[in-house]
Amino acid sequence: MPDDLVFFLIQVLNGVQYGLLLFLVASGLTLVFGIMGVINLAHGSFYMMGAYIAFSLTALTGNLWIAILLGVPLAALVGFALETLLFRHLYCRDHLFQVLLTYGLILVLEELRSLAVGDDVHGIAVPKLLDFSIPLTGALSYPVYRLAMSLVCLAVATGMALLIQRTRLGMTIRAGASNREMVEVLGIDIGRIYRLVFAGGVALAAFAGMIAAPAASVYPGMGNEILIISFVVVVIGGIGSIKGAFLGSLLIGLASTFGQVYAPESAGMAVYLVMAAVLLWRPTGLFGRIS
Amino acid sequence: MSRGAAQGAFVVLALAALTLFPLLADAYQLQLGAKIMIWAIFAMSLDLLVGVTGLTSLGHAAFFGIGAYALLVLSPEYAPANFWLALLVAVAAAALAALIIGLLVLRTSGVYFIMVTLAFSQMLFYAAVGSKALGGSDGASIYVRPSPDLWGWAPFNLANRVHFYYVVLGALALTYMLLHRLARSLFGHVLVGIRVNAHRMEALGYPVFRYKLAAFVLAGALAGMAGLLDAAQFGNVTPELLGWRQSAQALLMVILGGMGSLSGPMLGALVLTVLQELLGDLTRHWPLPLGLVIIVASLTLPRGLSGLWARGEAPPRG
Repeated sequence: MPDDLVFFLIQVLNGVQYGLLLFLVASGLTLVFGIMGVINLAHGSFYMMGAYIAFSLTALTGNLWIAILLGVPLAALVGFALETLLFRHLYCRDHLFQVLLTYGLILVLEELRSLAVGDDVHGIAVPKLLDFSIPLTGALSYPVYRLAMSLVCLAVATGMALLIQRTRLGMTIRAGASNREMVEVLGIDIGRIYRLVFAGGVALAAFAGMIAAPAASVYPGMGNEILIISFVVVVIGGIGSIKGAFLGSLLIGLASTFGQVYAPESAGMAVYLVMAAVLLWRPTGLFGRIS
Repeated sequence: MSRGAAQGAFVVLALAALTLFPLLADAYQLQLGAKIMIWAIFAMSLDLLVGVTGLTSLGHAAFFGIGAYALLVLSPEYAPANFWLALLVAVAAAALAALIIGLLVLRTSGVYFIMVTLAFSQMLFYAAVGSKALGGSDGASIYVRPSPDLWGWAPFNLANRVHFYYVVLGALALTYMLLHRLARSLFGHVLVGIRVNAHRMEALGYPVFRYKLAAFVLAGALAGMAGLLDAAQFGNVTPELLGWRQSAQALLMVILGGMGSLSGPMLGALVLTVLQELLGDLTRHWPLPLGLVIIVASLTLPRGLSGLWARGEAPPRG
């Protein structure tokens, strides 16, 4: 194969990989909105938190796998606590107060991070097991770690789809999204469902941060960056739609990767242009319910 | 004393206090005062969307930043730009951008509107970061303050702190008067009607979309003026002026101060800016206590600070 074509295919792989990673963050955001009706600006901070947890625990234990195994339940616990302390008070409130509270939460989480680990940029070594590349042509190769990331993200996405579509818990979650009162009348503790969904969303975002850490770097602004891109994904896919979040993530992953390769000057704008185009065509996103 | 008279007396007192402030203030306080008033203009313009029309925008800094960048573009490197021309261009550019962005974002509503306004301001943010001519991610400096030259006569000197303070005070007073009159006009009442029940307004025959767009453009133009003043005060124009933290900050002022009234956003601008200065003196980690204050306030003050002494239900939002 000519180098140009291989290069193009590598970019496609990179775009899909970034898109799948985005999906882990955006799916939590869209679920929390679709089910609880809460817009959570602090969702990106959970991604940042995950990366820093991975960094700290890897430094402590010397092993990324152990760091992830310990870190994900830790993140879920944080999500559980935040739901109990703060977010449950937001369900019936105007979006305005949700924006206000979650913005305050960003400030708190960022400064706690600054106090605990500092403001430096860090890197995490790729685990030895995956630290090699597949040679494609004489000059080009593809790192296995990125491939593994894509596979893990795909597995998580499939698991989530099965959970929501095929299990009793998933059925309850879907029911709660469409009619909260009815679910409560049927004797189901909706508060427990909300806590589970919220903790799950936090764990997913943190997990995304953990596996992304070795491929990129760990830096203070990473949470806000992914938050805003996730918003774009959710807007494109339609708020509350997992399917939409999946397609939106891939679209944005590809647009952003190709933008960086072929038009680095205006790469930052590429994803927003995609969003504007989708909005012109469908104001409620690809799979959005018409409100 | 009737409510209107009490309010009028309060406005006159506040204006008198602001006018006399430079007699007592040192250089730092004077600068802080001007900064607070610029934030107050910005927050009031946002409140026209959030509190009056019921459109929660999280991208209002886009227009503030455009105003600031307008001054940067018009300023020659070693000579002053013309203040009046810069003001005209800043307001016109911000209004035009608001018209274009408004045509797109106003097709959405509710939480979509929040996310889409945020996304469009980020788009401009990245456009500024990517543009070498505008200084890229570091931004650029304006070395010479704009000169308010009118055919060879300059009514004031912006390099003089006291003059600058009074110019900002004038802009604040004009903004207040404009928005105050607007709130009592048919236009203002229609906007409130849209906030409470857009469908009913539509059924009554009002072109809701056009009213929303007009409010969006007006709010954008005023934000552009605030941005121009900010660039003229500090001489630094960076992409952060377009960024989402700038938008969130203004939204905080509106909500903390109390939305839907002109005094609310001004109070919010005062309290938040002073709070930040005080906390910033105490600790490098000032966002931590500030964040805690914001969280507590969002849970306990549904009508903002000005709601503490006003009774009754929170204003309805549709």
